[in-house]
Formats: sequence, structure tokens, C-alpha cells
Amino acid sequence: MKAAEAIIKSLINENVDTVFGYPGGHILEVYEALRKSNIRHVLVRQEQAAAHSASGYARVSGKVGVCIATSGPGATNLITGIATAYMDSIPLVVITGQVNSSKIGRDMFQEADITGAAESFTKHSYLVKNENDLPRIIKEAFYIASTGRPGPVLIDIPSDIQAAKIEKTDIPETVDIRGYKPTTKGHVGQVKRAVKAISESKRPLIIAGGGVLLSHAEGELLTFVEKTGIPLVHTLMGKGSLPSLNRHYIGMIGNHGFSEANRAVAKADLLIIIGTRVADRAWGGIPEKTTEDVRIIHIDVDPAEIGKNVGTQIPMVGDAKTILTQMIDRIDTTDRTDTDEWLTQLKSFEGTVKCRKTGFVNPRYAMETLSKKLNDEAIIVADVGQNQIWAARYFEDRIGRSFLTSGGLGTMGYSLPAAAGAKIAAPERQVIAVVGDGGFQMSLHELGTISYYNLEIIILLFNNSRLGMVRELQDRFYGKANAVELDKNPDFIKLCNAFRIEGVRITTDSQLEDAFEKAIKHKGPFLLECVVDPDESTLI
Amino acid sequence: MNRHVLSVLVENQSGVLSRVSGLFSRRGYNIDSLSVGETEDPKVSRMTIVVSGDDYILEQIKKQLNKLIDVIKIVELDAEKSVFRELAMIKVNTTMETRASIIEIVSIFRANIVDVSNETLTVEMTGDESKIEAFINLMNNYGIAEVVRTGLTAIERGNKHIKNQIKGEEE
Repeated sequence: MKAAEAIIKSLINENVDTVFGYPGGHILEVYEALRKSNIRHVLVRQEQAAAHSASGYARVSGKVGVCIATSGPGATNLITGIATAYMDSIPLVVITGQVNSSKIGRDMFQEADITGAAESFTKHSYLVKNENDLPRIIKEAFYIASTGRPGPVLIDIPSDIQAAKIEKTDIPETVDIRGYKPTTKGHVGQVKRAVKAISESKRPLIIAGGGVLLSHAEGELLTFVEKTGIPLVHTLMGKGSLPSLNRHYIGMIGNHGFSEANRAVAKADLLIIIGTRVADRAWGGIPEKTTEDVRIIHIDVDPAEIGKNVGTQIPMVGDAKTILTQMIDRIDTTDRTDTDEWLTQLKSFEGTVKCRKTGFVNPRYAMETLSKKLNDEAIIVADVGQNQIWAARYFEDRIGRSFLTSGGLGTMGYSLPAAAGAKIAAPERQVIAVVGDGGFQMSLHELGTISYYNLEIIILLFNNSRLGMVRELQDRFYGKANAVELDKNPDFIKLCNAFRIEGVRITTDSQLEDAFEKAIKHKGPFLLECVVDPDESTLI
Repeated sequence: MNRHVLSVLVENQSGVLSRVSGLFSRRGYNIDSLSVGETEDPKVSRMTIVVSGDDYILEQIKKQLNKLIDVIKIVELDAEKSVFRELAMIKVNTTMETRASIIEIVSIFRANIVDVSNETLTVEMTGDESKIEAFINLMNNYGIAEVVRTGLTAIERGNKHIKNQIKGEEE
């Protein structure tokens, strides 16, 4: 058997049925084997999109996302996508072609040291030197990508290795890597201490992060919240961990979070941090804690995250789902603290602000209207910038809904390809890509993919002819600078029409309901362009 | 900024050294020295890394190193319970007049002369860093042509064995 065929055999063994990619000279053997297989290959229009699509696919399917590119520029184009997945802990297996192994290091045509270049944002990487290692390497790659703290794993395969005859095609049944033994179960002593700390606290608060979603612990989190009565705030990546209509739900924290949620963190006497590194943007909006001490329980599958950004008294290394189950089993409802008063104190949400100027759509109102119109299983894929914040703040989470975004790296252009991946993973669910006019133009080429595969995605474009977030920052720090304007934007409707995608442009809130209904009913992809006031801010 | 000596078992594969050194540079940690070589098990290499940093940095270094798939085990070596050694070779400028006195100092330090020429004398010595520093200081009086040092390597005293200590000790 050719090594390329063994690669495909290994992918099938890992239950891979869809891969995202873009071919080139040094990956042709793999593509030939792929063509003969039943695996669906989704051709993107630029390699970065392959990684984003695989990432959207992974987040919605719960499986490892797979993307394939050729050597050199194909591989380097993937880098931003790999880094995006790394920062958000998304499981990917990335396969790249490489020049002939005997020629590596001679600066051949389309040669790039991709394992070296991507080293700092891959969980692990392999440069395959012996074709007979491939079954083991692929087995390990999927294992490493999907266990512990998930992340992207890169396999770089020289073209001669792909073409070589392989002697042993048996795929190992198990993986044993002596340097990689992730902890999943929480330490029993720590579970006891955590439960005791909860019963002693007066103002406990949960901070849920993306780790809750990665470990599929939403159900356990809900049970935990209901059983303990503890209010919950979340990070951007933790959006969707608890339905926003739950009475214990307070809101999103951070620079762009709700002040109520940030104040809750400041006032709490016990923080239960689950599956988040509480990075700068999450911790940024929290008023200084001066008056009281706070105890911190930090649950994370990655021991390196514990104590990195926030100190903790009760560290718990393990999988969020497992640890929450352990805690639920141990908590006695009789030693539950009365959180009603604390909860009432925290519950005072700000109202929606209607657009003040005419001739524009208020993006907040648009997100709220959209929330009401969509099914309970809808998937929102937000880009980066103002649109991301509006989507995160005003889209209502319900059980079964998903919110995807590039939270860690903040990669503009993420939403279109990630939405494509999400739709392919779950064709029966509604998928909405929320994007600004800046991010839209960074991934315009993916209209080609969306159109070709007729992916029924609603593209909700907030067009303010600005890089809105940049404009906001410039205004705040440098006065009315407006250094970046996108005033000569193309006609996005016509542009989409050129890709055989229909769309409408609306300019007032009153058109929203009808427009959403039309978009939802439409068969095939649809662009809904909302003209937004260039001065619109994410802050109120 | 305290100095710490870490003994790290890693898979004996290409790319491991770049992963480890890359980790230090991208996370802004300082490496004072790093030495590496094969162990009793040819599939395993052992690195001795000398780092400086406060407790927070040290903990982060250990945890981040542990995350590398190729890292098998990390142990911080306690100066009191370990033997630290470094090998240095020092090429000293000599003349007919100075040669004898240099040889005298070499014997005081229990170092070896590994090469002699008309104008130079090359000394090989092992010891902890302070011994090597002291010798280099003395040789400065004669004029040093070249110095090459391996960086610290270290092992625990007694029957303690790095293999018997588990990875991820800080959990």
C-alpha cells in the first residue's frame, strides 16, 4: 500500500468523513488517495479558510477538524488559522505536504519549514521521516489534538514519503506517549476543599469559560448551578455555557462585558473559575478588589493555566465535566448557601438602546431581533471587532444554541469560513455569520466556497464603512482620529450576486423583522446587509 | 532573581531542542545555560537547564515544559542534594617565563593540560561554576586566547533517581 493510502485509511479509522483543503504540487499523492476514498473534500478558496472551516466544523461536530494544504505557501497560509485554533483550544489535525525529504533544507521551490514556523502555536507537530511511522503518528495526532486541553497538531509529510510503499499498514489500537498523560479527574481532597469553600461563602460566583463548552459540560454546569444556586458570569469564549434566560445568569465579563457582570466579580467572596485562563480581556473590566479578600477555586484541564493570570487557593486540574460531576455528587443541598439576596443584588440589566439616528440599523436591536427569530439550535459565528461584541452581548443563548468566535487570537475574517465549516458539520441547524465590512473583505473569497456548496448560511453584515473597533479605540485614545475609513466599499449585494448569492440591504430597525424572515426562509446562502451608524460604539 | 537548575528528560528526537529553547524565548524566560546528552536509555536525552527567575516564573517554566509532548519528566535539583559540574577548556597565552607558573596553578585546581604549543597551553577542567570562574580570573593575568564551556550538568546524590519521580509533580 502507498503511504498516501495509509494516511487516508488512518483518517477513516479516526471517523473522519470531511476534510477542508487546497491542493498543490507536494500533496498530490494524498489528494489522489483522497479522491479514491469516501471522505468528502471541501475545497476552500485560500488555505487559511481551510483551518478556520475545520475549526468551525470541530466546534460544532465535537470531532477533530482536519485540513490539508500543500507545502510552502499553502502551509504558511494555514498559520493564522492554526494559531486561531491554538488560542481557542480547538482540536485540529493539520496535514501539509513537504518537499522531497532528501531535498529538505535546500530552499526548494515551495519549501517552507512549517513545523518550525508553526511551533509556537501547535500543541504538537511531526515532520514525517519514515513512511512506516505514519499509522502511529496519525493515531497519536488525533489523540493529542482531542484529549487534555485540545489544540491543533501538525503533520508535515514530504512528497516522497507520501509516495513510498509502506510495509506495515496496521493502525495501533492504543496510544502510549510517556510524556503525555493528561489529568481528567479532579483530586478528591481538592473537591472536598472546594465544596467546603462553597458552603462557607456568602457571595459565590461562577466564571465559565470556553473549557466548559470544549468538555461538553453544559449539562453538568446547569445541574451545578441549579443545585447550588450560584450565579454565573462568563467570558467571551464561555458564551453559551449557560442559557441566558436562566435566573442565575448574570452576563459576560471583560472589557466589553456588562458592568453588572464585572461588578459581580468584584463583589464576590468566592470565585469558581471553570475552563478559562481569564486572560487580559476577560479580567480587564473588573473593578479593583480592595475591600475584601476573595477565595478562588480554579478548575482547568491545563495545569499551566492555573496560577498564570490569577492566583488561586484551590487549584483543580482536570476536565470540567468530570470535576463538575464530582462536585455535584459531593454537594449536599442542605449546606447550600442562600444566594437569593446576592442574586437579586446582581440582577439589574441595562435596557436596549434604540438607534438615535435615522437611516441606520442599531446592531444591538438587530441581534436581539435575530435571537427571537432563530431556532433553539441556531449557530452564531461572530467575526472580530464591533460585530463580535454586539453579537456576544445581545445574542440570547438558549439550550442547544452555539456561539463561535475567535476569542483568543482575534482573527478578522474568521466568521465566513468558520460558518461554512459549522454548516457542513450540522446542515440541519441555522447558521449565521455575523461580520463587519472589514472582516467580510478579509474572507470574501469564501463566498466562492459557500456558493459552490450552496451552504445555507445567513451572512449578517454590519456595514459602518469603518473598522469600527479601531475607530473606537482611536477616538478614545487619540481623539477624533478616524485614520481608517472604508468609505469606498464595494456594493456588497452586487458582489454577492456575482457569486450567485442573493441579498438585501436595510437601513432602519423597522425593516429588520421582515428582512430576517426573508433571510431565514431563503433557500441557499443569503446576505443581509445592515447599514450601521459609523459612530456607533460597543460601549454604552 | 534566583537561579534554579532543572533536570529534564526528553525524547531523544530531532526537534526537541528547538521546542525547548523556543519555549523559553517566546515566553520571555531566561536560560543561563543548557546542556544535553543521551542517557542510559538511548531513546531518552537529559537536559540540564539553568534558569533565573522568581517562584512564579519557575512554576510557569516547569508547567509549560511539561506541556511539551516530548518532555518526559522535570525535576528541580536542590544544590545541597546534588552534584553540579561544568567542563571548560581554556586556551591561555604562554611564554617561556609564564609556563611554569601556569602549570603550578593548573595542578592546584586539579585541572589537566590537554595541549601545549609554543605560545599557548590548553587546560581542561571540570568543577562547579565558581571553581571555573576562579581559574579563569587567574588566567586573565596571563591572557586568555579562548574559552569554551559546556554549561552546567547535574545529578542528584544518593539513591534518588529521576525516573522514579512522576511528571506533573505540581498537581
